[in-house]
Amino acid sequence: MSVLADAGLVAAKDLRIEARSRVTLAQVLPFGIIVLLLFAFALDPDRGRLAAVAPGLFWVAVMLAALLAIGRSFAIEQLHGARDGLRLSGIDGAAVFLGKAAAIAAQLAVLEVLLGLGVAALYGVDVTSVVVLVAAGMAATAGLAATGTLFGVLAAGLRLRETLLPLLLLPVITPVMLGATRAFESGLGGDPAEGWPWIALLGAFAGLYLAVGVLAFGSLWEDA
Amino acid sequence: MRLLHPRVATVLGWLTLVSLVALALFGLWGAPPDEVQGDAQRLMYLHVPTAWLAYLAFFITALASALYLWPRTRAQTWDRMAGASAELGVLFTGLTLFVGSLWGRAVWGVWWAWDARLVTTAVLFFLYLGYLALRHTAADPVSGARRNAVAALIVFIDVPIVHFSVEWWRTLHQQATVFNPELSAEIGGVMAWTLWLGVLAFTLLYVYLLDRRYQLATLEDELDADGLDAAIVARIAEADGTPAPGRSEPPGGPMTTPVSAP
Amino acid sequence: MMPLVHLRSVVSLIGGFPALAGVDFDARAGEVVLITGPNGAGKTTLLRVIAGLAPVLRGEVMVEGRDVVADRTAARRSLALVAHDTFCYDDLTARENLRFAARASGRDRAAADAALERCGLTRQARVTHGGLSAGQRRRLALGVALVREPTLWLLDEPHAGLDAHGRALLDDIVTGAAGSGGTVVLASHELGLARPLATREVTLAGGRVTSSTDAPGPTDPRPSTTPGDGRDAGGTGSAGGPAKPSERERAR
Repeated sequence: MSVLADAGLVAAKDLRIEARSRVTLAQVLPFGIIVLLLFAFALDPDRGRLAAVAPGLFWVAVMLAALLAIGRSFAIEQLHGARDGLRLSGIDGAAVFLGKAAAIAAQLAVLEVLLGLGVAALYGVDVTSVVVLVAAGMAATAGLAATGTLFGVLAAGLRLRETLLPLLLLPVITPVMLGATRAFESGLGGDPAEGWPWIALLGAFAGLYLAVGVLAFGSLWEDA
Repeated sequence: MRLLHPRVATVLGWLTLVSLVALALFGLWGAPPDEVQGDAQRLMYLHVPTAWLAYLAFFITALASALYLWPRTRAQTWDRMAGASAELGVLFTGLTLFVGSLWGRAVWGVWWAWDARLVTTAVLFFLYLGYLALRHTAADPVSGARRNAVAALIVFIDVPIVHFSVEWWRTLHQQATVFNPELSAEIGGVMAWTLWLGVLAFTLLYVYLLDRRYQLATLEDELDADGLDAAIVARIAEADGTPAPGRSEPPGGPMTTPVSAP
Repeated sequence: MMPLVHLRSVVSLIGGFPALAGVDFDARAGEVVLITGPNGAGKTTLLRVIAGLAPVLRGEVMVEGRDVVADRTAARRSLALVAHDTFCYDDLTARENLRFAARASGRDRAAADAALERCGLTRQARVTHGGLSAGQRRRLALGVALVREPTLWLLDEPHAGLDAHGRALLDDIVTGAAGSGGTVVLASHELGLARPLATREVTLAGGRVTSSTDAPGPTDPRPSTTPGDGRDAGGTGSAGGPAKPSERERAR
């Protein structure tokens, strides 16, 4: 079967499991909202700071939630040796990468929309360009999903996976954090035109790590 | 066993020591104090070389990793070198941040500033800290080396992007270019020579330390290999009913039960 | 004739420990090789090495003439592993797990549904893997292997946790595979159940093969289709295994 067809198979499988177990909705999303609340406690809503820092806080919440979603994506493979079954099936590593990344991206997208509504409601923001927000969101999510899947497999199956994944992933996605936040600032009460260069950066990052993933994931997936 | 011939390493060691002493002399006395920053500027003679080395070390890690992955040049040597260089890289990156912080404190009164280069260095520090943490996780000897090499390259690819995005980020803000001590110091004459001396001295130090760390890694691998041979012998001995693996004495004589080739 | 499975001087490290310390092993088409040995002898590792799931430090591993280490995907195409893990997803139903396994191996839904029926799990088609009983899960694991239509069966303690229905299915699979020119490599402690099926018995100890003896093998190489009473396996030459479960029970 072709790589894309196999990727679709893997993605569908992951999403079906999510639809049935609802871990992203029932656990990861509340976690994200709690993070937003924590920020509000820390920054005191009355001082009028929240709207200004909303883009940054939003993306920090998304990144922390992404860590959980990525961990979960690989945890289901560890249980009952599903990972071994998948390796034996002969599906190409690149297909597993694309499929898992796609499923993670889909879940993150849902999370972002809901968290975004949360931010809009809790922090009170001013939308100047939906297009910028959507474009930046998509590009950032693709980059997060690609790197998350790559580093997720590195950390998966290790005893220290919960602490290793953040340490590995978070520094790497610095450009995503910077780009997404700046783009969101421009789309939420700023000048939308300033957001586009950042969106281009996000797109380049996503493209690069999708390519890296297609090339490298297979060997990482096989080794332990 | 070692990257350098022992005699070369010894000479190198002495050269390193001499040049570091010379650097100290020039840096602390020989070079004049800066007009604007005064004596605090002397920290530059440490800060710039350590920063250069941080990047060099990580570049070597990436290069060694690539050489490991390339089938024609695949050898355990490259994996050891990648690890050794990454450790030195983390060391020098940490030093860069520390000295930079001191310098900022001395000149501007702040322990930290969101200068593009400092921020990039900080991210670099954590990128390679993560890589080292990954190296320390248990893995099969052969597939582990491959995993390490792939991880190093995946991380390395990010470095220019981080550099670029941080740079871009900081130039958008007015106060970004204020904290850049190297720019505000006039480099000329003795100061320039001292700076180059610093770069040379630290590069020699890096090569020397890399050789020593590499040697240590080789010894560790040899110890593991010996341990493995003993473990294999003990393992086979289980078949004779000799108790527990972990005993390193070989059983008396070769195995006597028939091993048939079907 | 070239052996289907060929291992020469294989050393495999698991967690730094030499689980296999120099294994020479061959298995040919039509053979049912039973691997016995004490706990920790390396039986599981041996099977995983053949499947390309365990690292090989030294030696060579060939399946159907293909080097497992160099070209894993090709070597795995014709084999299936049934082990302690079921390779299933808790949140997917029995049918969904089989369909996924089928499509992942390049087979279609029909193959999955056929396997579902053969495992006797049609009534549990919509029960999630997490909701199945242990015996049902073991049968599902057999189903996952069945959809791959393997010529090489690797079975690691397959009798463990199997109910009567499952045992009948397993016997059927083993004799069917051997009868049609496939190969079965079976590691087991349940000598009473496994010996009747074996054409050769290999002992593993201390990470090495220490002996290999031929055995008569199953007297009924073709799977029986006529319903009948509980038939004794007959003339197996070993310490009399239990009678084969009745066909009536299997057809239920």
